[in-house]
Amino acid sequence: MIGGMEGGVDAQSLISISLMKIHNSRTQRGGIKLHKNLLVSYVLRNARQVYIKEKYAEIYRMQQYEEVMTVCNEIQELNPLDLDAEEADEEERSRGEESSVCGAALQRGAAQPAALCRTGSAVSGCCPLEDVGKDPEPSYYRSCCMEAPPAAPCDPFTGSGGAHCNKTTVLDLDTHVVTTVENGFLHQDCCCAPTGQSAAKKRKVEFGCCVSDLDDVPDFTRKRAKREDCSFSDYTDTSNISNLISIFGSGFSGLLSRQADLEQICSKQALASLGAWTRAIVAF
Amino acid sequence: MGEDAESPKINHTFLRDYVTEADVISTVEFNQTGDLLATGDKGGRVVIFQREIESKGESEEVGETGDSGEYNVYSTFQSHEPDFDYLKSLEIEEKINKIRWLPQQNAAHFLLSTNDKTIKLWKVSERDKRPEGYNLKDEEGRLKDISTITSLQVPVLKPTDLMVEVRPRRVFANGHTYHVNSISVNSDGETYLSADDLRINMWHLGITDRSFNIVDIKPANMEDLTEVITAAEFHPQHCHLFVYSSSKGTLRLCDMRASALCDRHTKLFEEPEDPGSRSFFSEIISSVSDVKFSHSGRYLLTRDYLTAKVWDLNMDKGPVETYQVHEYLRSKLCSLYENDCIFDKFECVWNSSDSVIMTGAYNSFFRMFDRETGRGVTLEAWRESSKPRAVLRTRRVYTGGKRRRGDVGVDSLDFTKKILHMAWHPSENIIAIAATNNLYIFQDRVNPETQAQ
Repeated sequence: MIGGMEGGVDAQSLISISLMKIHNSRTQRGGIKLHKNLLVSYVLRNARQVYIKEKYAEIYRMQQYEEVMTVCNEIQELNPLDLDAEEADEEERSRGEESSVCGAALQRGAAQPAALCRTGSAVSGCCPLEDVGKDPEPSYYRSCCMEAPPAAPCDPFTGSGGAHCNKTTVLDLDTHVVTTVENGFLHQDCCCAPTGQSAAKKRKVEFGCCVSDLDDVPDFTRKRAKREDCSFSDYTDTSNISNLISIFGSGFSGLLSRQADLEQICSKQALASLGAWTRAIVAF
Repeated sequence: MGEDAESPKINHTFLRDYVTEADVISTVEFNQTGDLLATGDKGGRVVIFQREIESKGESEEVGETGDSGEYNVYSTFQSHEPDFDYLKSLEIEEKINKIRWLPQQNAAHFLLSTNDKTIKLWKVSERDKRPEGYNLKDEEGRLKDISTITSLQVPVLKPTDLMVEVRPRRVFANGHTYHVNSISVNSDGETYLSADDLRINMWHLGITDRSFNIVDIKPANMEDLTEVITAAEFHPQHCHLFVYSSSKGTLRLCDMRASALCDRHTKLFEEPEDPGSRSFFSEIISSVSDVKFSHSGRYLLTRDYLTAKVWDLNMDKGPVETYQVHEYLRSKLCSLYENDCIFDKFECVWNSSDSVIMTGAYNSFFRMFDRETGRGVTLEAWRESSKPRAVLRTRRVYTGGKRRRGDVGVDSLDFTKKILHMAWHPSENIIAIAATNNLYIFQDRVNPETQAQ
C-alpha cells in the first residue's frame, strides 16, 4: 500500500513530526490553517497505518519466539523423573501437533530430550489447561498496558477460571499458542497508554474471548495489532502526543470543554484537522 | 532581456539577504490592458506599477505605444491592517492573498484586494488638474478676509503634477468564517466570487452587507472533513460557470443556473490515482494549489506540488496534458515535509494565446512549457544573472546522465527562494515574477506580440 522506501522507523518520526506541526499550528499567527492541518492529518494516518503493520508483524514474530521460550522454561521447572515415559507417548500421539512447537524450541537451544519436551507439554497442559478444558475459548491476547487494569476488563477472563488474580499459562489447542496470563492481562515490555484507552481495550478483550477456532487466527492477530495501535506512543517522545491521545480517547471533550462557544474556530479546526486520524482510532 | 524593477545603481549587497517578512510579495496581477501591474505583500500593502509610454521617435507613428515601455511605480497604499477577531480570539493577518482588477469602465481603475477575511474594492484615479482662483480661499487654502474681496472670479482648472489617489470604495466584511484563498471577477462586470476553505460566496460589487453562498462543503460533523476548497475562478466568458479545486486534486465545474446552491457539481474532473506511486505524502502532493481558465475558456490549468496539468472542459476523466515541474523532488518529499516546503502553493499562468503555460519552482527557478511541443524550459529570476537587457539563459537541474556546466544539483537547490506568484501580460509576452521581496519583469523583445495560433 505505502511505497516501499518508508519503513517502520520513518513512520514513527513522521508521526511525531506531524503531531508537532499540529501542535505548533495552534499558536500560529492568523489562526489554525485548516488546509494544512488536514494534509498533516493525512500524513499522520498514513504513517500510522504503516507503523501498525510493521509493529504487528514484529509483535507476532516476537510472540512466537516468546511462547516457545516460555514452554521450554516451564519444562525446565518440572522434574522430568516424576513422569512416566508411556504416558508421555500417549500424550505425544494425542498432541502430535504440539511436538513441532517443542521441536522448534529445542532447535533454538533448549537442551532437553524430546521425551521431556513432550512430557512437559503434557504437564503444562494438565494443570493450567484445566481452565481451558472448562472453557472452549482459551485464547487470550496481549495487552500493551503495563498499568494494573481496572476490574472491568478482567471480567471477560473470569469465565476462563479466575485468571484475574493469578498467573496462568495457557495453551491454545487450536493455534498452539502458549500465553502467560497475569491479572487478566499479559505483560509486555511495551508502552503505557493513558487511561483513556481502557474503554477501547475492553472492547477488544471481548472480541478475543470469542476466538475459538483456527479460522479466527487472523482475527486474533489483527485484533492484537489493533491493541498495539493504542500503544505506539511510547516510541514517540513528545508529551503532546500522549495529551492528544488522551483527548481523542475521551471523545474530544478535552478540547471542546475549553471553549465556551462550540463554533470557535480553534476547536473546530483542530478537530477537523485531526478528524481523519482520530476517526481511524475511534473506529477501532 | 531582463529588466529589474529596482534601481541597479545602489549597492544592496549587505542588505540583500535580510528580507523583512512584511515585504514578501504575496500576489501579482496585471489589469485587463496590461498597462497596470499590482502587487500585494505580507504587510498588507499594494504597489501598483504603470507601464511607461516610450516613443522612439523615428520609426513609430504618432500615438502608437512603444513596445519597450518599462514599468514604474504608480501608486502605493496600505490595503489591509492587522486585525483581531475578539469573539474567536484570533489574529487576522494583513497579508494580501489575492488582487483582481475590474474591467475598466471610465478613467478610474478599480481593483479588489483580499486578506484572510475581508475583501476591499479600491478606486485608483488620477488627478492632474486642480482648481485655482477661489474667491473665499487664498492660494494656500486659508480663508480670505471678506473685506479684501472686491470682485468675483470663476475658478479655473490648471494642470498640476500628476497625483494618484487611491480610495476604498467598498469593504466586504464578515462573509467568511475560514481563510479566503481566492477572488474572481465575473464576466458580467457586476458580481464576483470569494472562496474560503469550505465555502464560496457570490457578491455584488455594489452591495457590501449581503452575499450569496453558492458552495458549502462543510460537513455536519467536522470530524468527517476530508477535503477543502483550494482555489476558485469564474469562466472568462460564461457568467454562470465557475470552477473550484479541492485538496484532493479534483476540480468541480458548477453551473449557477442549475440551482442556487451549487453543492452538486455539473462536472467533476478527477484523475484516478496511480496505486503504484502511493506514499505517505500522496494526499499532500495531489492537492491543487491553483486553477486558471484558459483565455479561450476551453481549458483549465491546475498546479499541484510536482506537476502542472491542462484539462479539457469537455473531458472529465483526466488531464489532457501533464507537465513535470520538478519530478526530482519526489524522493525528497520527507525532508520537504519536515521543513514545510511541501505545503508551498505555487501559482500557474497561461500566456495570452494559451500556447504556453508557466509556473514557479525553487531556487528562484520558474518553468515554461510549450504546449505544442510539450517541451519545458527552466529560467531563473535572480539579480546577479539578469542585468537589464541581458538575455535570460536557460538553467538545468542535474538529475543524472551527463553533467553540463551550470547544472545545479538537487541538493544545492535553495528552498527558501521559491517562485510562488507570477503573472503574464494579457496580450504581450511580458511576465512578472515575484521572488520573495523582489519583482522581476521580463519582456520578450524578439516576439513582443504573441503570435496567434
